[in-house]
Amino acid sequence: MSLNMGYAALLPEIALLAAAVLVLLGGSFLPRNRQVLTRWFSVAALVVSAAAGMAGVAGVPESIFSGTYALDTSTAVVRIVAPLATLVVVLIGRHEFIGSVRESETYALLLLATLGTVVIGGTIDLLVLVAGYLLASIPLYALIGLSRSGPAAEATLKTYLIGALFGVLLMAGVTLLTGLASTSSYEDMSEALSTAPVVAVAGGAVAVLIGLTFKAGAVPGHFWIPDASQASGIAVAAFVTTVPKIGALIALGRLIEIMPDSVDVPLLVAILAVVSMTVGNLAALAQKNVRRLLGWSTVSQVGYLLMPLAVITTSDGASAALLVYIGLYALTNLAIFAVVACFPHREELDDWAGVARAHPWLTGTLIVSALSLVGTPPTAVFIGKVAVFTVAWDGGMPWLVVAAAVNSVLSLVYYLRLFRPAFRPPAPVTAPADDDAPEASRGVKATAVILGAAVLSAGAAVAGIWLATLA
Amino acid sequence: MLSIILFFPVIVGAALALWRGLPARAAGLVWLAATLIDLALLIVLTFTADAGANGLKAEERVNWMPQLGSSYHLGVDGLSLPLLLLADVIFVVCAIWSLRESDRPRPQAALFLFLQTTCLGLFAAQDLILFFVFFDLSIVGMYFVIAGWGHGNPRRSALMFFIYTFLGSLALLLGFIGLYLGADPHTFDMVELSQRGAFTGSPVAAGFVLAAIVLGLAVKTPTFPFHSWLAPAHTDAPTIGSVVLASLLLKMGTYGFVRIAMPMLPDAWRSWAWVIVILGIVAVIFGALVALVQTNIKRMIAFTSINHMGYVILAVGAAGVVGRNTAEAQQLAIAGAVTQMVSHGLITGALFLLAGVFYDRTGSYDLGQYGGLAGPAPRFAGFFAVAAFASLGLPGFSGFIAEFQIFTGSIGTVPWALIALPGILITAVLFLRAFQRVFTGETKGLSVGFADLHLRETMALTVLMALVVLIGVVPGPLLAMIEPAAELLVGNLQP
Repeated sequence: MSLNMGYAALLPEIALLAAAVLVLLGGSFLPRNRQVLTRWFSVAALVVSAAAGMAGVAGVPESIFSGTYALDTSTAVVRIVAPLATLVVVLIGRHEFIGSVRESETYALLLLATLGTVVIGGTIDLLVLVAGYLLASIPLYALIGLSRSGPAAEATLKTYLIGALFGVLLMAGVTLLTGLASTSSYEDMSEALSTAPVVAVAGGAVAVLIGLTFKAGAVPGHFWIPDASQASGIAVAAFVTTVPKIGALIALGRLIEIMPDSVDVPLLVAILAVVSMTVGNLAALAQKNVRRLLGWSTVSQVGYLLMPLAVITTSDGASAALLVYIGLYALTNLAIFAVVACFPHREELDDWAGVARAHPWLTGTLIVSALSLVGTPPTAVFIGKVAVFTVAWDGGMPWLVVAAAVNSVLSLVYYLRLFRPAFRPPAPVTAPADDDAPEASRGVKATAVILGAAVLSAGAAVAGIWLATLA
Repeated sequence: MLSIILFFPVIVGAALALWRGLPARAAGLVWLAATLIDLALLIVLTFTADAGANGLKAEERVNWMPQLGSSYHLGVDGLSLPLLLLADVIFVVCAIWSLRESDRPRPQAALFLFLQTTCLGLFAAQDLILFFVFFDLSIVGMYFVIAGWGHGNPRRSALMFFIYTFLGSLALLLGFIGLYLGADPHTFDMVELSQRGAFTGSPVAAGFVLAAIVLGLAVKTPTFPFHSWLAPAHTDAPTIGSVVLASLLLKMGTYGFVRIAMPMLPDAWRSWAWVIVILGIVAVIFGALVALVQTNIKRMIAFTSINHMGYVILAVGAAGVVGRNTAEAQQLAIAGAVTQMVSHGLITGALFLLAGVFYDRTGSYDLGQYGGLAGPAPRFAGFFAVAAFASLGLPGFSGFIAEFQIFTGSIGTVPWALIALPGILITAVLFLRAFQRVFTGETKGLSVGFADLHLRETMALTVLMALVVLIGVVPGPLLAMIEPAAELLVGNLQP
């Protein structure tokens, strides 16, 4: 094992960290009406980070820093997708962030949480995983509480308690596995674990996996998602339902790959997948609040994302399918939240009456994103679904595919409910006619529409991504 | 060329959708012009395109997701070309019919142009993923047609339609993934799959994959017992929505049988052909009997669709039953099935247009509220009579050619397909009874003051009925188009 201290290779992470520190410092010196500078600085840093991540795509897969950090396709994806997703969050958070009491702090928190996600996704060492977990979690608690309302406080507390509990579980698992293998590095662990006592390995593996479900927003670590999605600011909601998942799922994939055959981890993951999608879908059916519905929808989507993880050891394309789905899901979820961000006052589904007539482009984006989450071709998530269905079947779990297909039909009901009210005639008296005018700026609307167009065209464009990951 | 024909409608549609200032009348004219141009292009293609190496005309192929074994692959042959022509004709008729549409004509035209692309694309696709994309998009388009322009309880019907057919499409997707994994090397290419077949060595797996595909197609067709979405969707859809649904969307299911299920899983199809035959017979009898008791004219026509699609399913099932010297009968059955798809598309399209006239004039589909309508509306009565006779399979109309072939072919391979024969009798009874009740006798009820057909309505109906009679009297060209493909298909089925 070479030490290989490739600091230059860590440019995407360093950019995020440096930006977070600078934004925090700069924010404390800037006057209140100049805080917006930190926003543009954060945007630039995120672009730099993603660009540096893209520049690293071409390299040969290797591990650096004594085998604690992997430079491979998965890392490349999380390095590109996470900063870009955060970038979108900053863009659609215009009304939420600009001029707020904690503007620069918000950006710093977002940058740190993004960094945590990237670290979780890139690491191949359990101890670094713990550090990344904390780095990605703690900013979330603060972000959710930013809107300072009663429900937000409740959501923060809930997230914090669940996060702490699952964090402890994760650390217990890490301790156990590290002790059993007498190393914390994935590369060396696999062999040591295959000779270790099965019960202990199983306990450690389950604890680590369950611990990470908090970040992934999968059952059983999902309880905070709907509350956080409903009570926090809209842009923050978009962030917490999208970005942490990216890193957590890639980390799960790496972990499952090194688990010995003596423990049937794939089956556990498959069951978690089915439970997540079913629970998410059933709960979403009953929701009337748009963002709560979307929160449950992300729980169900994680179920589909867990499918390739269940077969990551048995099907060749599983890793690529996971990465493709993650990217397409992030795009779609951000698009739908961007539309929601254009109408911050339309909390309930019924409030959306009349939107179709007044805002045809945004309604189009809403329809396209909702259909994408259903998995209708030719939208983005359709390709993801085909990919994960194919690998799950190929990996010897056809029952999982059938369960997922049935769940997709179930999800159809509430995704259709999402845009149906938009076509209703608006209620006559409740709101003045120009109610929509101050709601959203052109920038946010344009972001939403561009994302919608991307969701629509991603189906065809994904060929490029697919080639890049498999070739 | 084929791509242009495919995407021309949706491009015009997108332009219409974005051009908010366009006057309503102009939108209708643009729509009509677009459909006419598309039809003209397709006719040119029909006569000029030469068959390529795979027996496909106007073949186009571009790598799309090579790692996934999926490509943008188009091509037409004797099975798909008649349906492409049918699709373009139906959309021309819809455009004529809607020339004076008053309810949001511009978005409606855009939506129908979008639907046109999905229909054309499905029939021209030679790649399973591409096929699936168009299959699902047609559901999305129809959902908005029903939800946006329907009457009665459109939201509920649209949702039911979407959920049912989406479930079907997912079963189909599972089947497609199965086909992909069952082929060696893995591919989604329909031409390669039909040449090699998938799962040739493993009958159990092939059986499950076939079950998934048949389920998906049966929901879309629809056939008993997966038909419950059909009646509400038809009843609540706008007139031209019903036309597209019955004439084209239902064909996607039966087309899938001859294009995908039969050639790609020949062994499994032969083993399970008797199940398909029984499904077909049940659908024939069930559809006819349920149609017999309907008083709502749209529901009645919807259930006769189940009956007529049942003939197609019977035919494709019978074609899978291989015995000694049955190749010719099998070919006849397949050719009959394809002819029936075209014929049913034309006839049912006309019937739904006629049903729409009832609703336009009085707002009621209830047969019991009319009587003696031939008096105030003689042209309407005439067209209804012709369409009804065509639908019950009288010689001289396209339905007869189709059903004659289907029965000759089916009974030639499976003698007990005779059980389905009374289906024809029952449909004859129900159409004659409906005609008697509504058009003959003393003018009463809602018939009083019923306005006869307008010029555009007459034109639209004339187009359809002329084609029905033309195919009925001169079936040669159509059959000549279908038969080589049917022969190829039957050749694939031989063990």
